[in-house]
Amino acid sequence: MNGPRQSIWTRLLRLDRRIIFVLIALATAIPLLRPVNLPIAVSPRVRAAYDTVDKLPRGSYVLMSLDYEPDIMAELQPMAKAVLRHCFRKGLKPVVLTLYPAAPGLIEEALRVSATAEGKKRNVDYVFLGYKSGSQSVILGLGESIRTMFPTDFWGTPLNQIPMMKGHNSFADFPLVINLSGSSIADYYVRIAATRYRRPMILGSTAVMTADYYPYLSAGQILGLIGGMKGAAEYERLMDLFGDARRGMDAQSLVHVVIVVLVILGNLALFSSGGLRRS
Amino acid sequence: MRFGPLLVTFVTGALLVAFFFVPHHAAQEAQSVMLDWANVVYAFALVLGSVSLWTAHQKKVTTRAPGWIYSVVTLASLAFVTIWGCVQGVEEGTAVNAFYNTVNAPLASTMFALLAFFIASAAFRAFRARNAEATLLLVTAIVMMIGRVSIGEYLWPGFPKVTEWLLDVPNLAAKRAVAIGVGLGAISTALKIILGIDRSYLGRS
Amino acid sequence: MNPVTQNWIAAFLTLCVFSFLYRDNPFYRFAEHLFVGAAAGYLLAVQYQNVIKPNVIGEMNQGNMLPLVPLALGIILLGRLWPRTSGIARWSLAFYVGIYSGIAIPSYLQAQIFAQLADQVKPFAPGWGAVNSALILIGFITVLSYFFFSAAHRGLHGLSARIGIWFLMVAFGASFGYTVMARVSLLIARMQFLLRDWLHLLPPA
Repeated sequence: MNGPRQSIWTRLLRLDRRIIFVLIALATAIPLLRPVNLPIAVSPRVRAAYDTVDKLPRGSYVLMSLDYEPDIMAELQPMAKAVLRHCFRKGLKPVVLTLYPAAPGLIEEALRVSATAEGKKRNVDYVFLGYKSGSQSVILGLGESIRTMFPTDFWGTPLNQIPMMKGHNSFADFPLVINLSGSSIADYYVRIAATRYRRPMILGSTAVMTADYYPYLSAGQILGLIGGMKGAAEYERLMDLFGDARRGMDAQSLVHVVIVVLVILGNLALFSSGGLRRS
Repeated sequence: MRFGPLLVTFVTGALLVAFFFVPHHAAQEAQSVMLDWANVVYAFALVLGSVSLWTAHQKKVTTRAPGWIYSVVTLASLAFVTIWGCVQGVEEGTAVNAFYNTVNAPLASTMFALLAFFIASAAFRAFRARNAEATLLLVTAIVMMIGRVSIGEYLWPGFPKVTEWLLDVPNLAAKRAVAIGVGLGAISTALKIILGIDRSYLGRS
Repeated sequence: MNPVTQNWIAAFLTLCVFSFLYRDNPFYRFAEHLFVGAAAGYLLAVQYQNVIKPNVIGEMNQGNMLPLVPLALGIILLGRLWPRTSGIARWSLAFYVGIYSGIAIPSYLQAQIFAQLADQVKPFAPGWGAVNSALILIGFITVLSYFFFSAAHRGLHGLSARIGIWFLMVAFGASFGYTVMARVSLLIARMQFLLRDWLHLLPPA
């Protein structure tokens, strides 16, 4: 290897990390400002989740637990909106709750936006139970009595005064459980709702968690899996919506390309400068 | 001094295991009451943590330790949100909810977003094909990063299928083995705790 | 609070956190300390409003004195704040740990061990699917053998463990790819907030 080339690779290895930060920032901002709307392929797992919801008969009740806070809402809020709109469009009746204290505001917004878009009404077409502390214990409680866990809805109306809730009081009364989660609450739902109470379940997770849930898919404990913002974008595509997830996909692609190029350059630089032998 | 707490652990643990197998309403009701009690204890554990946080920062302020002025910020926000939240509530329309949406939410999401930059920098510096195993990890990660996003399908229509296979076959096999290992570990730890063999959670005597 | 003011404060705090990318600075430290206090305070307020108020105060106001038990357990947990009373806190810890150990045993056994083993011993898929089924079986057994440390990784066991590592590396690579995806998604959302909600450079959602 000749001298000058070696020095280029060596200099590359010493690249100021702030240059990388600028590259990442530009790769995120430019596609948002100048989108090209690359096509989005739908994965079989998201398709399976979509089909599970789609095949439910009109009027079926769906128990939805939306368990995320603003820190990860980028991935799960667009997903929640897409799934809710699907439920409303199919004439399903979602009963929604959360096990995260900071989530009610987000969920209330997702419900309001989705219900308005599909012409649905609160306590007629959907119920929002609000937040209850205790995650695992609440899920166990839902297997016995929703009314014990949530005596009132989010706005304080007793559940017994909501006609839509008549005859629906535990997992057994719901043909589908949907959990959108960014934490171990997803595991609790798989263990308790899907396995112990044998309820059909679909899961939406943050991308970090997605690969970990494939064993549950294979075992039939969950019927579909929507992974991260990309999964949400796929669901939006199936629903023919253009939400925040789809808007972000060009940026997602470009940043991934930048990171892959950086990894390849980093390896080339290390090999070319002989750093691998030294290390 | 430890016999009592060990007995409590044994009784509560054994009861909760038994309730799983007894679908009778009374058993489920008893389980529900015990879980409610556990939630109350958890709430006090958070009080304990917050008091520790308060004490640590208060000490920094009183001793004028370096950066003490920032501790004043922590103490002020802790006091404001706790007192206001307990008095007025945290629902939509309250001051604490507005504070949460304006302060907590952007701070929490930006803290996590910051990791995108560091993960890119770390990948450039440390993600190396040093040996066969590391190369396998690197190649899989690259295929996943490209194949799971739109550009992957645009470059080569087979990319999504490859990534799906990676997730459905080798990933599934490894994650299943890990899940079973974690399950066995959790069960054995829980059993040791219930039977009083593992007492580390009680601290030193 | 006015939404415009809210947006400006949120944008300022977002930029405070991002400023850490250049280097550690007073703006970042201010945001970091503000976040710690506000997050702890919010958790406390939520637990008070959602657990202590309905499950303890509310119940006792209705004449049910049973919540005195978890209340007492919670209060004695605070004994850990002082060395002389820390021993008594073991009773609360014992109760809490016992409850969750009891829950863990049957649920892990059913969902993570039996269900996964049942799926693993299903007959191979027909046609070419059998190759994938065989690969999953090989991966599952070899990864488990890697985690078996009671015997030295030599001979057949060593070979099996080495193959297990390859499967693990592919699984970790897949997880890494997804982790990058997650962090980038969060960054995209923050960028959408800055460009759309704050600077109005993007069309409204």
